Amino acid sequence: MWIKGGTILDPVSGMTQVGDIHIKEGIIAGIYPGGKKGKAGDVIDAKGLWVLPGLIDMHVHLRDPGYEYKEDIISGCMAAAAGGVTTVACMPNTYPVNDNPSVTKYIVEKAARHTAVRVLPVGALTKELKGTDIAEMGLMKEAGIVAVSDDGKSVENTSLMRRAIEYAATFGLPVISHCQDRYLGEGGVMNEGDLSSRLGLGGIPAASEDIIVSRDVLIAGYTKLPIHITHVSTRTSLDIIRKAKDAGISVTCDVTPHHLLLTEERVRGYDTNAKMYPPLRTEEDRLALIGGLKDGTIDCIATDHAPHVKDEKDLDFDLAPFGIIGLQTLLPGIMEVHKESGIEFIELLKRVTANPARILGIDGGMLCPGARADITLFDPGARWIFTEECVLSKSKNSPFFGRKFQGRVVRTIAGGRSIYQA
Amino acid sequence: MNWPHKDLIAIQDLKPEEIGHILDMASSFKEISKRDIKKVPTLRGKTVVLLFYEASTRTRLSFEIAAKRLSADTTALSASGSSFSKGETIMDAAYNVMAMSPDCIVIRYPYAGIPKKMADLLPCSVINAGDGYNEHPTQALLDMYSMKERFGTLKGLNVAIVGDIMHSRVARSNVYGLKKMGASISLVAPKTLLPPRVETWGAQVLTEFDPVIPHADVIMMLRVQKERLHDRFFPDEREYSFFYGLSKRRVDMMKKDAVIMHPGPMNRGVEITCDAAESARSIILDQVENGVAIRMTLLYLSMGGTSNVD
Repeated sequence: MWIKGGTILDPVSGMTQVGDIHIKEGIIAGIYPGGKKGKAGDVIDAKGLWVLPGLIDMHVHLRDPGYEYKEDIISGCMAAAAGGVTTVACMPNTYPVNDNPSVTKYIVEKAARHTAVRVLPVGALTKELKGTDIAEMGLMKEAGIVAVSDDGKSVENTSLMRRAIEYAATFGLPVISHCQDRYLGEGGVMNEGDLSSRLGLGGIPAASEDIIVSRDVLIAGYTKLPIHITHVSTRTSLDIIRKAKDAGISVTCDVTPHHLLLTEERVRGYDTNAKMYPPLRTEEDRLALIGGLKDGTIDCIATDHAPHVKDEKDLDFDLAPFGIIGLQTLLPGIMEVHKESGIEFIELLKRVTANPARILGIDGGMLCPGARADITLFDPGARWIFTEECVLSKSKNSPFFGRKFQGRVVRTIAGGRSIYQA
Repeated sequence: MNWPHKDLIAIQDLKPEEIGHILDMASSFKEISKRDIKKVPTLRGKTVVLLFYEASTRTRLSFEIAAKRLSADTTALSASGSSFSKGETIMDAAYNVMAMSPDCIVIRYPYAGIPKKMADLLPCSVINAGDGYNEHPTQALLDMYSMKERFGTLKGLNVAIVGDIMHSRVARSNVYGLKKMGASISLVAPKTLLPPRVETWGAQVLTEFDPVIPHADVIMMLRVQKERLHDRFFPDEREYSFFYGLSKRRVDMMKKDAVIMHPGPMNRGVEITCDAAESARSIILDQVENGVAIRMTLLYLSMGGTSNVD
């Protein structure tokens, strides 16, 4: 298969050039800047399009097993493909929890049977996500997990958190930490501040995140082991991570597109599609996050794709579950950040390709001969409106409905096979 | 004045002249309750459904009496006797009620935002009778009416609101309304019961009660909910009432013509002592009386009334 005439963007080499890509047996066989005469086999005309490595989303909830009415591996991967995402790391808060090799195997095998999207399970850090006993990380690694996390909560017991980090490192597994002090934000449903007071909604103070980020960073520093902080949402958390990095602590972090594009103002009107954890914060926080992308403090952008069906979301703001879907708005969202902030697109691209690959210790996220042929074709000029009808997930919970985006995924190739076409 | 609102959801949505209009109209409605035959045909043939998903004595009764005095038909539904206890969502309940063609739904609900959602989605009028700790607009209107009745104007009035500001929709609606009408407001509470960033509300915020007393024209005490004690917002009732309760000693410090208000229900001995509640300064029962007139006014305005009442 040939992809001809597109602008090839490779975040690893920094290449931004029109050229042709030759794919053979699921692998990139050759890249020809300026193009290559003659063609053999399938040819995809990519004129006017950007040719990107398939995206890697390191924070996704596929809800399978257990909550297949919200999403399953098949529907989630269709949404991923439509978003140009060819690799997803899926979180363990399924039912049963992915805290043992049987569940891991189920996920890996179902994905292998039904989708060309690479599904990489994240195992639980503690059994049943209860924060009391360390999960079978070693056996789960054998079965295919790429990281461990108790996403959805923090491990409260600091001693256990330290042991979990040390034990995970024994097997070379990255630890992904969701940072939330359980008590400080208890009963909260949005960012705590002027607006929560005015709307009469319970607040989640920024400090409830900052406190656990500092704790986890300190543990990482003390044990000299790596930690990855997921969905950073506050200015202070970012400052803590920046200082830790400067001090040589092995800490990395990611941010969601919605925290880069929206603020707590979106909660006015009590739209439950603006309810997620961590909550949308202030404009000051949002700008700080963009600053963190600029100066490299933020390593990755990940969606925290969290499907919930309409009748769950269509409740009172206080009672509706936290979370929104995000796979299909990831790349257009990044485009918007690029236009607003002036950060080079290829720099942002790195945060959804090469960087998550490095942190998870997996291949992919680059375009070079010998690399896996996971490729996304993106029309950077296309203007479109994201609506419920666009959604391929089983759940349609997004705060971006009605938003005008620029840039659209037109084709996704995984393992050398075309798996999505607009 | 041509009344532009289908619904009454929040004091924040009202202009000062609209609040003035409601308060003016309420006087003529108040007179109806003093008649021998307390009923006018104004809303004959209209159906008012009272959906009360949270305990209420005064507000519910007040709305019901108000509607009946205007000849509307009323039906009341509470959470325990409805399908809510079977797990029906509030919006499903609302659509079902709507299918029976009411002209107005009065809703009290334990969480913020639902009355607004109903108002946006339903064709009938929706009146917020209190949602979570967001707003309680009719309470603020009857409070403002009671103050205006006593002092002639709200402009320049010093109003102290004391107690659990954080969890109080009454405080919020009163702050929004009184500010629009030119009153000065002091909020008094321990820091644990002050809402985050309360300093942006445009009120004076104090943690000490005594200093505001000699200047206040109105002291409005808020109920302390027992469950706050379990949530450790303050150590115990004894300490709370010592620092934030309206006692005889504090009543004696008040200005000569200053008044005491309380939205009810009172916890005697906690935020207010019996002496204070029953003192000549208390206009707590006037508030209840005026509540009927305010709610008659709002039912009338919401259901399309524009002309003056006779």
